[in-house]
Amino acid sequence: MAELCGVVGVGQTQHDAKREDVSQVGLIREAAERALEDADLDWKDIDAVVIGKAPDLFEGVMMPELFLADSLGCAGKPMLRVHTAGSVGGSTAVVAASLVEAGIHDRVLTVAYEKQSESNAMWALSIKIPFSATVVAGAGGYFAPLIRGYMMRSGAPEDTGIRVAVKDRENALKNPYAHLKFPDISFEQVESSPMLWDPIRFLETCPSSDGACALVLSSEKLADQSKKKPAWVHSTAMRSEPTSFAGRDQVNPQAGIDCAKELYKKAGITDPRKEIDCAEIYVPFSWFEPMWMENLGFAELGQGWKMTYEGATALDGDLPVNMSGGVLSTNPIGASGMLRFGEAAMQVRGTAGEHQVAGARKAMGHAYGGGSQYFSMWIVGAEKP
Amino acid sequence: MADANEPVSVVGIPSRVEYTYSPGRATTRFLRAIEQKRLMGQRCTGCGKVYIPPRGACPRCGLPTDEEVELTDKGTVVSFTVVRVPSENIQLELPYAAGSILLDGADIPFQALLRDVEVADVRPGMRVQAVWVDDAELQPSFTNIKWFHPIDEPDVPFEKFQEHL
Repeated sequence: MAELCGVVGVGQTQHDAKREDVSQVGLIREAAERALEDADLDWKDIDAVVIGKAPDLFEGVMMPELFLADSLGCAGKPMLRVHTAGSVGGSTAVVAASLVEAGIHDRVLTVAYEKQSESNAMWALSIKIPFSATVVAGAGGYFAPLIRGYMMRSGAPEDTGIRVAVKDRENALKNPYAHLKFPDISFEQVESSPMLWDPIRFLETCPSSDGACALVLSSEKLADQSKKKPAWVHSTAMRSEPTSFAGRDQVNPQAGIDCAKELYKKAGITDPRKEIDCAEIYVPFSWFEPMWMENLGFAELGQGWKMTYEGATALDGDLPVNMSGGVLSTNPIGASGMLRFGEAAMQVRGTAGEHQVAGARKAMGHAYGGGSQYFSMWIVGAEKP
Repeated sequence: MADANEPVSVVGIPSRVEYTYSPGRATTRFLRAIEQKRLMGQRCTGCGKVYIPPRGACPRCGLPTDEEVELTDKGTVVSFTVVRVPSENIQLELPYAAGSILLDGADIPFQALLRDVEVADVRPGMRVQAVWVDDAELQPSFTNIKWFHPIDEPDVPFEKFQEHL
């Protein structure tokens, strides 16, 4: 990269099932204004805006970026929209960072959002294809057989997913912005929650949320001048692969493996488990924690569940994962990836409040989307790369 | 009933999507065959993998899948889920089992309903066969297969199908 890029502002909305108090405009303004406030900057300081969200059917508004342009302060400025399904919040931040790293813009505002309550995402994800038989609906039905595949391959204990859910839901209690909060969350509560798509239980599933996240990214010169400490972007990577081909490993997709390898290589990381202090990983169903631990090279194949079991991914473990409560607690789909990236930045800036990992210097943000076919990741650090 | 003085924050505006479906050459051949109760897959000229339903090209090799291969309607359950939550798009009595089925001779599984078996008895490796609609109801559609049900054959060991997860 030609230029260094620093995250100088992070903002997010209060996430909830229905934010009826705001429109889509109000939702993204809430996140963007908080990011600008955090950066101690104003709209006039922004050179370009990059916006991301998941499919338009999720709200039923086609190309919402057109009517949102004005409220995002884009008049007279470049604006572009990114779309890579559920990973879009991550890839939007990657695109925004690349505009700074390429020296094209000095200061970029990037925003990602979803207002799921305005339509029905499960319906939008399950449009009937003519002349075919539709037997499962939504993401749960799609991912459940893959989770079973992981269980068979790894021989992981059947309560691994329950343990992940308890951990993430406990972390959410420390996050003032999180959507779902269960104050008395327990193993028994998760275990006894209804099975929705066997082996996925209700409390092992992400919610549908309304929410937005925004980041302000600056060139090195401007980031050096910012009042609060920036999070420096050490590396970014994106990968994709077709949804379906013979021999495709959907449990451990090659695109995810390759994306992580490139990410670590660019950041000069050879032992991710040791060198990365904490990670916000896209886990919409609890079992995806151990699956991604293996995919991302934090654990050997078939061993990812042990990290959950041994408490390595807990807030006080050796690699805390989903300190914010993760996607399991908050899922405005389009924003979910950027929330992961934003949490990573907050951790290395030391602004994560009650869910701060003590002494975090290097953190990873991760997002995936579609049928586990789009991946976007970044590593941010307290020091310049 | 909401207070008449309450501001309106949300109104429901139903929308629908209508489109004309053009299946393309490969899928047309598949649909014409299934109308005759025959399952036609296609083999990639590069890697030799057999696709069903075929799409005319292998995404891995980027090559046409020109060779037609007739497959049996027997296969193996490679994975499954038991659906216990209703969906607007699917009118099936809950709970039901949906399997990822690998037909004998195919290299890619597809999802199908599993019936004539207790959901608790569904397992990976289970051998199954298609249950077809009556001949009078045959159409150019995958829905000609009502569901798959177990057949009296020994389970396939996990190692034999684990690459198809």
